[in-house]
Parts: sequence; C-alpha cells; structure tokens
Amino acid sequence: MIAKLAKTCTLRIIPDKLNFILSDKLANGGVSMWCELEQENFFSEFQMEGVSAENNEIYLELTSENLSRALKTAQNARTLKIKLTNKHFPCLTVSVELLSVSSSSRIVTHDIPIKVIPRKLWKDLQEPVVPHPDVSIYLPVLKTMKSVVEKMKNISNHLVIEANLNGELNMKIETELVCVTTHFKDLGNPPLASENASQDRNPEQMAEVHLDIRKLLQFLVGQQANPTKALCNIVRNKMVHFDLLHEDVSLQYFIPALS
Amino acid sequence: MKCLVMGGNVKVLGKAVHSLSRIGDELYLEPLEDGLSLRTVNSSRSAYACFVFAPLFFQQYQAASPGQDLLRCKILMKSFLSVFRSLAMLERTVEKCCISLNSRNSRLVVQLHCKYGVRKTHNLSFQDCESLQAVFDPASCPHMLHAPARVLGEAVLPFPPALAEVTLGIGHGHRVILRSYQEEEADSTVKTMMTEMSIGEEDFQQLQAQEGVAVTFCLKEFRGLLSFAESANLNLSIHFDAPGRPAIFTIKDSLLDAHFVLATLSETDPHSKDLGSPEPAPQLQDYSTPHLDDFANDDIDSYMIAMETTTGGESSRALPSVSLSPGPQPSHSPDPHSEEEDEAEPSTVPGTPPPKKFRSLFFGSILAPVHSPQGPSPVLAEDSEGEG
Repeated sequence: MIAKLAKTCTLRIIPDKLNFILSDKLANGGVSMWCELEQENFFSEFQMEGVSAENNEIYLELTSENLSRALKTAQNARTLKIKLTNKHFPCLTVSVELLSVSSSSRIVTHDIPIKVIPRKLWKDLQEPVVPHPDVSIYLPVLKTMKSVVEKMKNISNHLVIEANLNGELNMKIETELVCVTTHFKDLGNPPLASENASQDRNPEQMAEVHLDIRKLLQFLVGQQANPTKALCNIVRNKMVHFDLLHEDVSLQYFIPALS
Repeated sequence: MKCLVMGGNVKVLGKAVHSLSRIGDELYLEPLEDGLSLRTVNSSRSAYACFVFAPLFFQQYQAASPGQDLLRCKILMKSFLSVFRSLAMLERTVEKCCISLNSRNSRLVVQLHCKYGVRKTHNLSFQDCESLQAVFDPASCPHMLHAPARVLGEAVLPFPPALAEVTLGIGHGHRVILRSYQEEEADSTVKTMMTEMSIGEEDFQQLQAQEGVAVTFCLKEFRGLLSFAESANLNLSIHFDAPGRPAIFTIKDSLLDAHFVLATLSETDPHSKDLGSPEPAPQLQDYSTPHLDDFANDDIDSYMIAMETTTGGESSRALPSVSLSPGPQPSHSPDPHSEEEDEAEPSTVPGTPPPKKFRSLFFGSILAPVHSPQGPSPVLAEDSEGEG
C-alpha cells in the first residue's frame, strides 16, 4: 500500500512502533503521510538500538517498492526476519524462509539499500500535528470514491471536496462547459470533541477544500482493501486529512489545499 | 516439407515459438529426418536456442518431398510468432495446424484449421540460409543439475522481472543459490536491491557440482525456456562449466528436445580487488556461508548496528564479496559479446554499464589484469557455409 503512495519513504523505528513517513516537502507536492504500526502486533522478536539512549530512534530512507517486493515473497513463508546490515552499503536485509515440498526449506534473502537519515533531519519527520478540523466525517466506500474521482480527473484537475456535520459529503468539479457533483449521504460523523460550542454551528454548513485531483487519486489508488475505519477531516480552505485504520495499521494522509 | 500438428500440440508448438522469440529475431526452420528443428540465435551471438520436434509429435511428418533435397529456411520471428501469438486462441479454436514449405513459390505456408470450418492461411516469405548449428556438448560440462521446471520456476519468482542477469552457484551445505547479479559501477550512487534464493539439494533430482562453482547468465533468456518447461510440466537440466563457458539448458521428452545455450560472464567481480590477491577459484562459499550462518546461530546482539547518523555507520561484520574469477584454465570467452547483450536490452535494466565499459571488455578486463580474458574465440554458432 505504501509503495503505491510514495516512491521513497522514511522508515522510523522506535522501540514499540514502526512508522512509514512521507514528509510534506515540495518534492512530494505538499502531501504528507504518517503510517504507524505497533511492532508487537507483527513481530515475535524485536530488538533495536537507536543513536543513543535519549534518542532511541532509527530513521531510514528506502524505496518502498523494494520493500514491498521483498515482502511479497513472504506471503507463504514460515518465518520472516528483517535486519539492518551493512554489505558494501547499508541495507535492510529481509530473509524469508519458505515452505518447501521436500524436507529442506528454501531461503530467500533480499538486501534493500537504505540511507540512514542523520539526526539533524529528524525534526522534519515528526508526527504531524492534526489541526482542529472544521468538519469530521466518515468516508464512503473508498472504491466508489476512487472510481468517481478517476472519471472526474478526465474533466478537470481541480476538485472541491466538502462535507458537513450532517453526514453529507460532496465532490465537485467545474469547467466552463460542465459541472459535476457527486453526493454522498448518511455517512455519519464522529462525535465532536466539542470545546467550542458545537451548538452554534449549523450542521448543514459545508466546509470545503480545493484540491489537486491527482493527489487525491493517488491516495485512493493506494487503498486496496476496505479499512476498518476511515475518517476525513476538513480544515476549511487549508487541507484534507484522511485518517484510516486497516486492522493493525494506522495511516494518516494530508493533502494541502490548492493555493 | 509438410507436417501436420493436431490438437493440443498446436499450443505446445506455439509456446515453443514464444520461447524462441525471447532470444532472437530470426527463426531458422529446418526439417530433418529425425524431426523438425526450430532454431534461433540472438544478435550478439551470446544465446542460441533450438527446439526439435520428433516425427511422433506430428500427425503427419514429411521432411522432404521424394526426389527433393531437404530445404532450410529462415523467417522473421515476428511473422512466425504472429501466427501463434494468442495461445488462448490456439487452445480454444485451432484443431490442426499444417506447415508446408514450398520452394516453388518461396513461401512457408502455415494453415490453421479452426472450429466452425474457419481456415486461416498464412503465407510467410522466407530466405534460404545456411544451417545454424552451435557447437556445444552437454556431456563435456562437469557440473549439472536436474530438476522439475516447477522448482526452477519457484526459484526465479522472487527476482524482479526486469532483472537482466542472475548468478547460479552451489553454496555451503550443497545448496543451490541463485543471486541477482548487478554490474558494479564505481561511481554508481543508486544502489539496487539484491535478492538471493537458496534451495536445498533435495529439491533437485540430480545435482552434480561442487561447492563454490558459479556462473552468471542472462535471466531474461532463461525465462523463455523456463516458461515453456513449466507449461509442459517437464524436467529441465542445466549443464555448466567455468564462468565464461556457455551454460546449456536442456529439456528432453519423447516428443521433443529443447536446448538453450547461453553465454556466461567471464570477468572477475569488481570487488575481488578488495580481497587483495584474486582467488583462483570462484569463492561462492564466502558469501553464501555468512548468509546461512546468520540465521542458524542468530545472535542478535552481534548484528545490532549502532548507526552513527552522520556517517554511514559501522557494520557488525564486513562480508567478503563473491569473486567470479575465471577457472584455472584460460577460459575461451564465447561471449566477448555477452556484455553487449545488456546494452541491447531496454534501458530499464538496472545497472547496465555505460557503453565505454563494454569496449574495454572486448580487449581485456579493465579490472584484474592478471586474469585478462581471452581473445574473442567464439565457441558458439559455427555457421557452416551452405551451398544453398
């Protein structure tokens, strides 16, 4: 999934979690991503040692497709081991023990080249602060959204996404000749952490953001399975924040508004 | 020449043509007394493929009309392949296929008799040619392995489809190792992923090779034969020798024989210079042993790397690299052109060296003068100048 979202991404390893990070640099077009896994949900053995005791973290940059391909061979594996090694250059070595018809097992080893990210760049890779959203709404079936956006992409590059607290979400595109809107209803909104009085907010009022449709599409294309939970937070005219939970993996994706 | 292929064999023939199309652009068709041979060679003469279909494969097989000489012809691979392009269609609709060579009108006629009375006739023009025959002898190769195609198919699965070359060797514990081969460039900043597959010898029906031997050949060309063998569910034999000497891949069946002869790389691995004195024998053990030992006695602490963030970090153990130095005897390089084939391949191949490196390889290794190859004496493709 990550491989479809980002060609190169950062893997951050801390004692209890793994994070795949894409920071909002210009090269990424302003989108950023934060994906988190609790390591104990995946690994039976986990040992790491960061730079120092206070900074017990490791940041690596790798090509996500390499890792994705390496892990693909592990689909029917008996065991999988991932290690940080240094063979001519720093690598993430993924070793997979495959089941075999005969008694001896087969071992596949992948050495994925990585770049260690120096500590001074760590501050760019921290968990993004989620700004207080104007509207928070549950997403419709992602596959439906994707097919709608795919067709809209042929008409215009500029998409407006808007939602309100009444469970309604609209996606609009507009050109000189045509204006297309897709309406999703009854989506449901998560309960608001209402410090500011939500009473004086009209639930019908839409909060909208103008996006580059290709960025939205890239995000949707990367989603293959239906997530357990999918939330969309809109900060009016600033950005869209997608918060998904796929079983044990949490993914957050930020798309900035078109300026 | 006239022959008739029935039913399911049409698809087999089609698959064979697909395999051959991965090697060369011209198909040499020669009806022999012991069968119909389809041969091809690639442009750099570093790969040769040959399928011979026994008379039993055909419903009817007539090598030559009585009183006529055996004809040989050379056709464009593209044309012949277009007849058999859609294997699914061949399977579903074609009932029989008739191939005849008519010297009178200089056409190779391929007629597909399909369902519902549909008949497709292809008239392909051909050229007279000399007989294409590579000189090779599997029996002269000291190393051999024999396995069902399925095992080898599974073995190449983890490798990326774009990978050009792979190294096959025997490692520690008599395991067969397949490793992705990358041309090392001194100035390359883009490091590519390395994949290695290790299979126990029990998966092979026959394994006759010592630990430490290894050869590197073109994976893409091998895949051509492999896909044919897998679909026909046959066993494959690989005969190989020292690096630089061709590797021979064969399939034997009662109805057909296939031979693929691929050149192997003969130059020493660039990293061998790091080892100081170049070793005389290929050191496959060096890199395979640590891998396997890693996971046998897994002392995690010793592999922890406390990475210094400013520098590349210190390694727990510097693993010696493989050195594929030529064998003790001066290796005839049948493939002064073998590296050239990399160039001919699309630029998506990772690690394709820049052209200038190729030229220097023709005249000697740029790396280890001690083991400078070998004049370009091709063992491959001794074309006999035919009278025709």
